[in-house]
Amino acid sequence: MNPIALMLFVIIVVITLIITYWAAKRTNTTSEFYTAGGGLTGWQNGLAIAGDYLSAASFLGIAGAIALTGFDGFFYSIGYLVAYLVVLYIVAEPLRNLGKYTIADMINARFDQKKVRGVAALSTITIVIFYMIAQLVGAGALIQLLLGIDYWLAVLIVGIMMTIYVLFGGMTATSWVQIIKAVLLMLGTVVISFLVLAKFNFNILTMFDEIKTLTPLGEKYINPGVKYTNSLDTISMMAALVLGTAGLPHILMRFFTVKDAKTARSSVVTATWVIGIFYILTIFLGFGAAAFVGAADIMEANSAGNMAAPLLAHALGGDFLMSFVSAVAFATILAVVAGLVLSGASAFAHDIYGQIIKKGKVTEKQQMKAARYASVAVAILSIILALFAQKMNVAFLVSLAFCVAASANLPVIIFTIYWKRFNTAGAITGVITGLVTALVLVAISPSVLNPDPGVAILTGTAIFPLTNPAIVSIPAGFLGAFIGTILSTKRDEKKYAEVIVKANTGMK
Amino acid sequence: MSNLAKDAKKQSEPYDFVQIANSSKFKQLMSQKKRFLIPLTVFFLLFYFMLPILTSYTTFLNKPAIGSITWTWVYAFAQFIMTWVLCMIYVRKAIKFDHLAAEIVEETKLEGAKNE
Repeated sequence: MNPIALMLFVIIVVITLIITYWAAKRTNTTSEFYTAGGGLTGWQNGLAIAGDYLSAASFLGIAGAIALTGFDGFFYSIGYLVAYLVVLYIVAEPLRNLGKYTIADMINARFDQKKVRGVAALSTITIVIFYMIAQLVGAGALIQLLLGIDYWLAVLIVGIMMTIYVLFGGMTATSWVQIIKAVLLMLGTVVISFLVLAKFNFNILTMFDEIKTLTPLGEKYINPGVKYTNSLDTISMMAALVLGTAGLPHILMRFFTVKDAKTARSSVVTATWVIGIFYILTIFLGFGAAAFVGAADIMEANSAGNMAAPLLAHALGGDFLMSFVSAVAFATILAVVAGLVLSGASAFAHDIYGQIIKKGKVTEKQQMKAARYASVAVAILSIILALFAQKMNVAFLVSLAFCVAASANLPVIIFTIYWKRFNTAGAITGVITGLVTALVLVAISPSVLNPDPGVAILTGTAIFPLTNPAIVSIPAGFLGAFIGTILSTKRDEKKYAEVIVKANTGMK
Repeated sequence: MSNLAKDAKKQSEPYDFVQIANSSKFKQLMSQKKRFLIPLTVFFLLFYFMLPILTSYTTFLNKPAIGSITWTWVYAFAQFIMTWVLCMIYVRKAIKFDHLAAEIVEETKLEGAKNE
């Protein structure tokens, strides 16, 4: 085991535990637990959003994808960033004005019904579970590679850390872990990009000239079409990326940590700058790894390319830089999984237990207890699932989470805020159609069914041709919400007047 | 009004939201928002999806634009620039919406005070 890496890992653990101790003293009420009391500033929340969003899939996955497939890997960077325009233009401010702790709160601001809250909580939990398994499986594999410990131990370490942050420090600890991670990630990425650029004499044109001769792909490296050869599948994936973010529960939950819509807006702006700069720099990570590590060595370490960034750091700055980058990747994983635990726990404890089972008649003390039990339960469940899912493809799980978010959550969020005629029946059918369509189409897609044994989860012939069902399931979600609405005669324009006034003015 | 009655009033119906929603100022806010948000949202979604559509069905973006940098990359960078620019435009425009919304809230509160 590399001693510098171990030391940096321990430093990250110690610092985040000190933060958790400090945050624990500020976490006494439910509102403090779920939303840090709504007291974060715009730039703090902006950095925390970046920290919550830029997962190991972004850092290690995209760097690897660009290193191995050139432009096709960069598609992710574009989609993940432009998604923030959807968040800013359509969702962020109304969500902040209408919601309290969860997406279900916001939808229930209009439809005060247990069934609506129930389906909204169900889709949140589904998304959180897929996303969480992806992160934990990725984390396990990564730490196994970096520190040379067993997969199960790696998953357990990450699992215990995330539980401690959330259980004791709630949203305050989670937010600060995310902020620190965002700063570390940017620092690491900027340093590597600078070193890569220096190797090309700080000339981007030289970099593009030379990269064409440095990879096995030759000229094809800088053109699209290396990885994505199915046109519809590419467009479908891009749809899931751009529309999924605005339906991701752990990202949307971050908007409740600021005091008003104005601050929610400024946090998206900060996040968009940080995230945008990061994704631009993924080009240097990817090109650098392709040029200075080489495709063969990257593939040998990990066939999906996940080790490209740490290996590049080693090539450029030796053991120390590699250890630093590995520690950054570790912090990255911790920050994302903590956010996921919190949003999963809020759906269980606040939506299902507090509002549905107890009908809102719970004391502050009971709520806190439920929130903490739920956090531990979500964490344990995720750890167990991750231990069994070691062989699952991480990128597939993440894209599935984005697809469900775009298909089940986004249509209902948009209609709740903008469509006068929308009603309870529509909200329920919308979530269920989006959720079921996405899951069923994936279950019969080439990602799950492959004629060659061992390539996919099951052996068989795919019935649905696309690996990413978004291009069908997103319209299905909208259509389901629409049809459900017009089939029901129910409409409540008085309630809509209240929702639209509150959403647009912040009136309470 | 006694505190008790005030509380009761607050609980039942703090404001008449239908009246606010139908007020000319609120309608003005909504139409200004729509005129701004809808065209730009349509624009950025079209601009976004044009890239995978063009790269999937055509190859003309593969031609070099600046040195070895092809038009595909130029288009990809343009997406980043677009995101940042639209972000800044939104913030500037939103300040105007904030003023209008604040006026609506202010007037509603004044009216509420008058009725008491």
